[in-house]
Amino acid sequence: MLARLPGRLLQMIPTFVLIGIVVFVLIRLLPGDPAAALLGIHATPEALARINAQLGFNRPVWVQFLLFVGRLLHGDLGISVSERIPVTEVIARRLPVTLILVVMAAIFALILALPLAFVAALHQNRLTDVALRGIFQVGLSTPIFYIGLLMLGFLGARLHWFPVGGIGNGVVSGFYHLFLPALTLGIGLSAILMRSLRSTVIGVLRAEYVEFARAKGIAPWRVLTGHVLRNSLITTLTLFGLNVGTLLGNTVIVENVFAVPGIGGLLVEAIFGRDYPVVQGVTLVLAVMVSLVFLLTDIAESWLDPRLNG
Amino acid sequence: MTTPLLSIRGLRTTLATERGQVTVVDGVDLDVQPGEILGLVGESGSGKSMTLRSILRLIRAPGRVSGQVLWRGRDLVPLREAEMRAIRGREIGMIFQEPMTALNPVLSVGAQILENLVAHTDLGRSARQARAVELLDLVGISAPAQRVNDYPHQFSGGMRQRAMIAIALASNPTLLLADEPTTALDVTIQDQILKLLMHLRATLKMAVILVTHDLGVVAQSCDRVAVLYAGRVAEYGAVGPVFAAPHHAYTLGLLRSVPDARHARQPLRPIGGAPPAPDTVGERCAFMPRCAYATAACATARPPLVSLSDGRLSACVHWDQLEANEWAAV
Repeated sequence: MLARLPGRLLQMIPTFVLIGIVVFVLIRLLPGDPAAALLGIHATPEALARINAQLGFNRPVWVQFLLFVGRLLHGDLGISVSERIPVTEVIARRLPVTLILVVMAAIFALILALPLAFVAALHQNRLTDVALRGIFQVGLSTPIFYIGLLMLGFLGARLHWFPVGGIGNGVVSGFYHLFLPALTLGIGLSAILMRSLRSTVIGVLRAEYVEFARAKGIAPWRVLTGHVLRNSLITTLTLFGLNVGTLLGNTVIVENVFAVPGIGGLLVEAIFGRDYPVVQGVTLVLAVMVSLVFLLTDIAESWLDPRLNG
Repeated sequence: MTTPLLSIRGLRTTLATERGQVTVVDGVDLDVQPGEILGLVGESGSGKSMTLRSILRLIRAPGRVSGQVLWRGRDLVPLREAEMRAIRGREIGMIFQEPMTALNPVLSVGAQILENLVAHTDLGRSARQARAVELLDLVGISAPAQRVNDYPHQFSGGMRQRAMIAIALASNPTLLLADEPTTALDVTIQDQILKLLMHLRATLKMAVILVTHDLGVVAQSCDRVAVLYAGRVAEYGAVGPVFAAPHHAYTLGLLRSVPDARHARQPLRPIGGAPPAPDTVGERCAFMPRCAYATAACATARPPLVSLSDGRLSACVHWDQLEANEWAAV
């Protein structure tokens, strides 16, 4: 896998080019433009023309695109229309919060899904299994903003166990504030992972190599960790990688529900403000993150499953 | 006769299926002498593999094993799981039919030997590593020091079966349970694996129970044979006498059904009908509906396994009326 790494990295370039084009075109298909959004009710045709000329949005679209690509190659995402500072700075300020949120959510998802999937699989079709699957089914079919609102209303507003929004001051307070949003994100993902892992574990438990391991007289927990867990993780990891995109998409919702100043919230603000450069920049950053996660899961898979190394 | 290493009496195994409890091993009696190779033959579903799994109690709950499995004088059936684990792999090893599925694809062959050594020996890390290489060498894998880190998919079929044998032999078991170890292999490899098993039996003073449906394999490698039918032993005895003059109508049928390579274009002589589904036999000889010798005497009770001369056992009412000559003439 490591030998194929440079190739894999090169393959990402066309992906980013395509995403760049799609985002560039799509945002311009929305009615309205940055000038109208900036001026609001003060918009007169003259003022609109002046602002658009200042920002360079009066030029032909293909010229704008070439300028965008040219700057991108220098690592420049342009200037934010609403904040008048480089987009890279805007993103750099808000990306860390989202990264921490996503990593926390992924950890919560694994902490919930892994042991419970095993408990369910080992009690297949008995009460524990049915109850767990029922609970996760509810988690899977409930919209994420609703889970967020329930958490917020009950654990936050009613019980005062957790803050209801923002990210607080300092590291500890930051993690404390991100607990509920991360849990909300994690529950959605854990439901997907748990279902898949449960059925994989049931399949692996019946595999002949598990019986052979038992025939060797090794301890049951060693059979579970050394044989069942490792072999089940491979498919779950694939699913996990595929769903990280969804997880990132969901940060847009959860950051708004919990007033978390991450790039999900930034993206929504930028779309409403027709802040073309910020929308383009955030989308590209998200695309890079998803591609990197795919790459990391591929590397982890080939480490877990030697057959993939040919 | 010496004291048997393993002495099974009235072994019954029931499995839980969607249609309820099914008895797949229905009162098996067997003895295994130290250092001998006992062949366990029968059609699919006769309970051969289940008998092996029942010895090691590898039957999943709510499946149940009852009866008596005396291992060196100690009954394994009532043992607790933890006590049973000290026997599995350590004193009684087991190998399976299909090494591709019985070896964990994501662990190196060495790692799968090491976990056995960790569970059953006090060897240190480097001693375990050395022992793993030594085991691969013992089963005839060339360049064992390199191959010990290879994964199962990097081995050929025959090499994988050798690797599985090495894993099962890691802690020097005194009995090896071999569940159709050659069925998935082509004949030349099959022959190598059988010779390896016979060689290991001789050098390690280890007894083997060899499950197979191939009578040729039994003739080539076994000292004694037990013929299973519908979850019970039909006939038991030394291979030579049993094959020369079978004392059970079913054994006779099995032997007759083997195609003879010396005579081209001979019609096959299969046993008509099919073995009964478990739990449908009732109080009569299980083979009766397919038997040419059946009489009213066969329908009164399930015939018990009775001792004949030379340590042979048969559960056939008409064992002395079988036309051995007819068989010999074929």
